[in-house]
Amino acid sequence: MKFNRRAFIGTAAATAGTLAAPTFARADGHGKPRVVVVGGGAGGATAARYIAKDSNGEIDVTLIEPTRAYYTCFFSNLYLGGFREIDSLGHSYGTLASAGINVVHDWATGVDRDAKTVTTAGGYTIPYDRLILSPGIDFVDGAVAGWDVSAQNAMPHAYKAGSQTELLKSQIEAMPAGGTYAMVAPPNPFRCPPGPYERISMVAHLLKEINPTAKILIADPKENFSKQGLFEEGWSTHYAGMIERVGPDFGGADVEVDPAAMTLSIDGDVNNVDVCNVIPAMKAGKIADIAGITEGNWAPVNAADLSSKMDENIHVLGDACAQGDMPKSGFSANSQAKVCANAVRGALTGSTVFPARFANTCWSLIDTNDGVKVGATYEATEEKIAKVDGFISETGESADVRQATYEESVGWYDGITADMFG
Amino acid sequence: MIGLRITTVLAVALSTGATVAHAEAGGDAERGATLFRQCSGCHQVGEGAVNRVGPHLNGIFDRPAAESEDFRYSDGLQRAATGGLVWTYETLDAYIHDPRALVSQTRMSFRGIEDQQERDDVLAYLRLYSDNPQDIPESAPTAVAVDHEVAPEILAIVGDPAYGEYLSGECTSCHQSSGAATGIPSITHWPTEDFVVAMHAYKDGVRTHPVMQMMAQRLSNEEIAALAAYFEDVN
Repeated sequence: MKFNRRAFIGTAAATAGTLAAPTFARADGHGKPRVVVVGGGAGGATAARYIAKDSNGEIDVTLIEPTRAYYTCFFSNLYLGGFREIDSLGHSYGTLASAGINVVHDWATGVDRDAKTVTTAGGYTIPYDRLILSPGIDFVDGAVAGWDVSAQNAMPHAYKAGSQTELLKSQIEAMPAGGTYAMVAPPNPFRCPPGPYERISMVAHLLKEINPTAKILIADPKENFSKQGLFEEGWSTHYAGMIERVGPDFGGADVEVDPAAMTLSIDGDVNNVDVCNVIPAMKAGKIADIAGITEGNWAPVNAADLSSKMDENIHVLGDACAQGDMPKSGFSANSQAKVCANAVRGALTGSTVFPARFANTCWSLIDTNDGVKVGATYEATEEKIAKVDGFISETGESADVRQATYEESVGWYDGITADMFG
Repeated sequence: MIGLRITTVLAVALSTGATVAHAEAGGDAERGATLFRQCSGCHQVGEGAVNRVGPHLNGIFDRPAAESEDFRYSDGLQRAATGGLVWTYETLDAYIHDPRALVSQTRMSFRGIEDQQERDDVLAYLRLYSDNPQDIPESAPTAVAVDHEVAPEILAIVGDPAYGEYLSGECTSCHQSSGAATGIPSITHWPTEDFVVAMHAYKDGVRTHPVMQMMAQRLSNEEIAALAAYFEDVN
């Protein structure tokens, strides 16, 4: 039978908890329904874990993720600042495997939407009833003149955590006295809106300790950025005279880099720099494009269950999807994953589908014990995931409040990684 | 139920009272009573004290850790007890200085008291309820964990733990379902009434944490009850 899942979920909001099990869709010819998840980050790991946990073995869950150890992008700036060890950001998939999830360390390289299969670089073909794509981001080709991925060792992006983050830190530590760290900031929308500016704060913190006459130069194509008032207040308090940001009015969108010469040109003005952290414009991870479910740079989804607007058997989570008002963050991906898991489980086993509800909070660290946060709640509308309510830290908060916010963020890290990886 | 709990309290207290050593440090019990307000959201001490979010603290001195029979201790505290942890002046001092440093997976969501004198004061206060347990002072029990008035009909709602389990996904992005607390408080195994009262205190703006106010404001009375029911018996 054909069943309009979206309409059903839409009406479920009024009667949550009292629904009779709907007729559910299970592919013919095999036993348990099968879910394949591509990408083991905040969206994919959470979705896989919740579907496996809540279905009590009724659903076969396969998680395809190339890396053996996942390094969280969130909190990787704190490693740059010296507040975390790199190892504290790494997580294995052993607990998920022990919980019955088939963890396949491989690259997903193809999706056959008619046959409902995923193929991998290692040559496997894995069938699904529902496919969840949570591939994170890739970079837009040619977004920064003079830069491509082959230049990422000379000019790291460090926007996928791990070796790139360690490389960037070692380059900052090796800067000559009084040298220049430059950042090419990305245009909207991009992963972790406060991320580049928290990074500036953490780099400034590190340089203040080891290289106090060093300079920080930001070329930014955006007029405004997340938590701008809070960051700028913190920069003038903690790092006065160190940070210069060139916005679009002064050519911040007109940049070119030369990785061999280590120069950054802003509006034709050539700067010699010692470290150049290029964070290019972003797009959905490549597998979304391969699956043919993107429009522009991102994969549009329905708000109620994160299903693709182009294929009802594919769901897209986190940074890769275009869903509406939520920022691209690990917290958002984790929140979306739980809504998606509930909907997928309902579709495949007839379990109760509760109404979608989303939340996000992003903490940032400006200096030692100087934490700030921004957050909001969201709901699913016909059109998009829409913001309901929100808050942001205020400028001029007491040191106690800022310290409590930082300590809370440390607790959040432990909380969300436990929620993702078990 | 209440009567049964009090019986347990007295039995524990009587069995340990005779062996208590005196404090080496000079704490001021009166100041300690004031400082104890930061503990009383979870812990009761004094006449009629019962286990709530945390265990009651009558007769705590020289009591082996994790001994109160009708309290669900964290795995961390149970491990510490198996390892022989006994609450002496020194171990209590270390615990309230930095709970997680002494018991790594405790559910006690408390930052700790940095100041040695303040710790001495709190312990001097607690000692009043341990030194002569057969004669617990007839003071009122410390503030019950009600920081907010909630209508009886709201408290009477029986939550659906299955719905609570779904809703809990919003909580577990920050609060660990294992009960471990490392900067975000533990919310597992709370008495449902305490949970409901706390959530309504956020919802009504009495408790001021902005994230929690935002999360609570869109939860209905039934949804709060459902979460309370789920988290009381989680795992």
